[in-house]
Amino acid sequence: MGKFRDSGAREIPAISTASLPDIIFMLLFFFMISTSMKEVDYQVQIRFPEATELQKLEKKELVRFIYVGNPTAKYRAQYGTEARVQLDDAIINDLDQIKSYIENQRAAMENETMQQNMVVALKVDRECKMGIVTDIKQRLRQVFALRINYVASQRANSNL
Amino acid sequence: MARSKKKVPEVNSSSTADIAFLLLVFFLMTTTMAVNKGLSRQLPPYNPEQEKVDAKVNVRNMLTVLINSEDQLLVTVGGETKYAKIDELREITKEFITNRHNSPLLPDKFEEEIDYFGKVMVTKDHIISLQNDRGTSYSAYIEVTNELIAAYNDVRNELSKEKFGMTYAELEERAEHDVEAKNKLKALKTYYPLKISECEPKNYGGKK
Repeated sequence: MGKFRDSGAREIPAISTASLPDIIFMLLFFFMISTSMKEVDYQVQIRFPEATELQKLEKKELVRFIYVGNPTAKYRAQYGTEARVQLDDAIINDLDQIKSYIENQRAAMENETMQQNMVVALKVDRECKMGIVTDIKQRLRQVFALRINYVASQRANSNL
Repeated sequence: MARSKKKVPEVNSSSTADIAFLLLVFFLMTTTMAVNKGLSRQLPPYNPEQEKVDAKVNVRNMLTVLINSEDQLLVTVGGETKYAKIDELREITKEFITNRHNSPLLPDKFEEEIDYFGKVMVTKDHIISLQNDRGTSYSAYIEVTNELIAAYNDVRNELSKEKFGMTYAELEERAEHDVEAKNKLKALKTYYPLKISECEPKNYGGKK
């Protein structure tokens, strides 16, 4: 090396980190665009069933969620191990609370078309029994929340 | 020692990376990748008085799927009841909806005037009745519902390919901003109307 250049005291130049923020920002934007905010913290454990004929839940403002599953470890002492229903951020004790919840949510919507097109998405654990799901459906029918959606994950191969 | 030129010092930007990292970590923790997707269904309105009256439906127009608390299927079609496996259900349902061979055991066909198709024979009075036990597992229920919807999507898809030269899914996608596609979609839905009805819950299995 010394052959080609006159050497003084040579130092290895520091690696420039000026572009590091740019790279991180790029990652940040990627995640901001490709992900969506969690609606709530789950207090029940939900593993979705698998299905193939899925439709996207569009128009978030029309969708309200009901979560059903066994309470997670943290809440087991308080709510037991049987399947429970979670609305917003709390596990409910009486299924009839669904009715008032749906009615309140509907009343809070801006206009009548939105109210009519409200979708109730059921996020139910796949190990749950239909009993509790049926009870919820009956209550949804009673408050005329008739458009429902069973949230599921896409099965990899479509031909079973 | 005297300064020859006055330089404006560069703003130290070494902490920008840290700030960006902080934001990144925040987003990683508060967001989820998953897009919500699911099976859309429509519930019947609640009417306690009507529920006691059993609608009389001709046997041939009825496909009954029972799921018991052990997640086994019992399918009744054309007056014949048999056990079925989940992977047979789609074919049975498609056969039932279309009634291609005009079997007297499968749904009645009626002449109907449909846009794009003209006068065609459709099985418009057919009903699929899905009944589950309180002890049925949710995954089995979803699987059966999925197969029933898949059967409808399949027959509509076949018809769509034959008539319009594009798949049902493509048509659905276009229908959002194309009036013609929307009408075509409507015609397909009139041709094969989705008729899945769910009975009132029963508790045969004894388990909750």
